[in-house]
Amino acid sequence: MKIMVPVRRVPNPDVKVRLKKDGTGIETEGVNFLVNPFDEYAIEEAVRITEKSGGEVFLVSIGGPENEETLRAGLALGAHRAYLVDLGGECYESSGIADILAAVFKQENPDLVIMGKQSVDTDNNQAAQMLAAKLGLAQACFAYKVELQDGKAVVQREIDGGLEVKEVELPAVITADLRLNQPRYASLPAIMKAKKKEVKKVTPADLGAEPKNRARVLGLSEPPPRKAGQKVASVDELVDKLVNEAKVL
Amino acid sequence: MNFELDDVQTLVRDTARRFAQEEVAPLAAEMDKTATFRMELVKQMGELGFMGVAIPEQYGGGGMDYRCYSIVVEELSAVCASTGVVVSAHSSLCCDPIYRFGTEEQKKKYLVPLASGRMLGCLGLTEPQAGTDAGAVRTTAVLDGNEWVLNGTKIFITNGGQAGVAVVIASTDRSAKHRGLSAFIVPADAPGYKVAKEEHKLGIRASSTAELVFEDCRIPKENLLGQPGEGFKIAMQTLDGGRIGIASQAVGIARGAMEQAIAYAKERQQFGQPIANFQAIQWKLADMATEIDAARLLTWRAAWMKDQGFKNYSREAAMAKLFASDVAMKATREAVQVFGGYGYIDEYPVERYYRDAKITEIYEGTSEVQRMVISRALLRD
Ligand SMILES: Cc1cc2nc3c(=O)[nH]c(=O)nc-3n(C[C@H](O)[C@H](O)[C@H](O)COP(=O)(O)OP(=O)(O)OC[C@H]3O[C@@H](n4cnc5c(N)ncnc54)[C@H](O)[C@@H]3O)c2cc1C
Repeated sequence: MKIMVPVRRVPNPDVKVRLKKDGTGIETEGVNFLVNPFDEYAIEEAVRITEKSGGEVFLVSIGGPENEETLRAGLALGAHRAYLVDLGGECYESSGIADILAAVFKQENPDLVIMGKQSVDTDNNQAAQMLAAKLGLAQACFAYKVELQDGKAVVQREIDGGLEVKEVELPAVITADLRLNQPRYASLPAIMKAKKKEVKKVTPADLGAEPKNRARVLGLSEPPPRKAGQKVASVDELVDKLVNEAKVL
Repeated sequence: MNFELDDVQTLVRDTARRFAQEEVAPLAAEMDKTATFRMELVKQMGELGFMGVAIPEQYGGGGMDYRCYSIVVEELSAVCASTGVVVSAHSSLCCDPIYRFGTEEQKKKYLVPLASGRMLGCLGLTEPQAGTDAGAVRTTAVLDGNEWVLNGTKIFITNGGQAGVAVVIASTDRSAKHRGLSAFIVPADAPGYKVAKEEHKLGIRASSTAELVFEDCRIPKENLLGQPGEGFKIAMQTLDGGRIGIASQAVGIARGAMEQAIAYAKERQQFGQPIANFQAIQWKLADMATEIDAARLLTWRAAWMKDQGFKNYSREAAMAKLFASDVAMKATREAVQVFGGYGYIDEYPVERYYRDAKITEIYEGTSEVQRMVISRALLRD
């Protein structure tokens, strides 16, 4: 089984991000970047499948040369090889990213695509769905259990108030939720091995992709600072404040 | 030397940091209170390559350089200094001498299980009468047919309580004094090997510090490490590497304390504002950060020299340990101060860091010894 896992480079989610002064993006200087946590679940799932029944996992990361670090981290988790799609400074929103992923898919023809359910920086949660649509593939998002059986994947998904079990024909696009597995730590020998694995550097043009942006980010702004809380002496005072100050009752 | 971490070193740091925060930090306070180490951590760290970071993969290790070793010990120590020294004593004081002075058979038999974390190791050098004066070791080893017979007592042995194997320095020729010392690989299941007692300590309480007694302890002849009479040299060279580990532990303790202090200073309100607004607090933090960086750079320099294959880096390793242990003392003392009364009680972790810091000025050569090593190098010619 050949499995494609796209991985995104995101700022360490435990660190507070700061906006650039002109509001066009976030300050990247001195920021520690990591593999998007949801993508780690995707890599883990893909690697477990190939460890059990053979095959290979290849990663795709889209961005700039710095994404090589992200890919090495993913390769250290057991993936076999990787694509680095260098945008040469360009930026694409989800649809453009899905265009590029679709082009990689067409070159490689994997049996399965597993992605993180969303990226923890922009929280768009749409590249996977768009990719499935562009390729005309079945999709099963927010998987918490994946079982493969002759040409199909049975995916359990958590939905509000219960579980949904879905059967999709392969190739399909599956996205990983938190409870799918417990990603491993990269062992030191695995980190060493990752250094020698293939990272193929390509541009969208090399892939024959013509990514298009259909949406544009006009600006970013910080949330208003949170005001300090208040202590109230009695339930009456609380109700009074909720009615008259907060005006929520 | 490169100030920046390369891709591999960055990944090692990220992995070690995450492991430390997710797996070790939740256990640290409990391990300190009960003075027991959770041995499953050794197994987990073994699988990740942390129990032999700088030992080649063919011998069960992580196959990294000494800089990575320093990074791993720092990250572990930043959340739990006991875990830091369990790894450091095991790696520097037991794996490293076997790797450098052992025969191929010795490496296969002992280094592989050690470096892969299936077994913990220790070094038995110190004795009741031989502390700073390590050459005064009285434990004896006498060849009897195909076996060495050891007699004597080793004290204050880190990992002594759980070690599966000990590198032991003993005298094979009392008349030759320190030139009559030799090193041995002693399996804990050898007849006559006894863990006599566990010490109760001020800090690094989760790490075992034990007395080992050898009573007609018999080990195979081939368990001599290096040549007869090389024991003192092996011990001293081993300690050079070990001091890089302890310096890294000290940097980790200091950094952990500083991070706690920064977070607390931003949160704690007095006079209607966070105490981080007060210059008195800001300057403490600034001093901590500056000294910690300086200590880390000295430590990485010594690690770099070891990686480059410098024959002698005793002076640089001594400087790193001397300075870093001092920084650990200052930073933890000031961190307690930033916490005020809350720093003095065990609900917050900084009092543990304060207690843990002190040992870094004592073991693997006291600060006085480090100054002796450094000044000797200065006055040599
Ligand atoms: C928790 C812990 C773990 C340890 N782990 C190990 C281990 O794993 N393996 C091992 O072999 N040992 C270990 N040790 C022993 C440790 O290395 C020694 O305690 C240390 O070297 C000091 O020896 P000592 O305690 O006998 O002190 P002493 O040598 O008696 O020193 C007492 C004081 O005199 C000073 N002093 C001594 N000689 C001189 C001199 N010539 N000039 C100036 N000052 C001097 C010392 O600096 C010190 O301040 C450990 C100790 C502890 C407490």
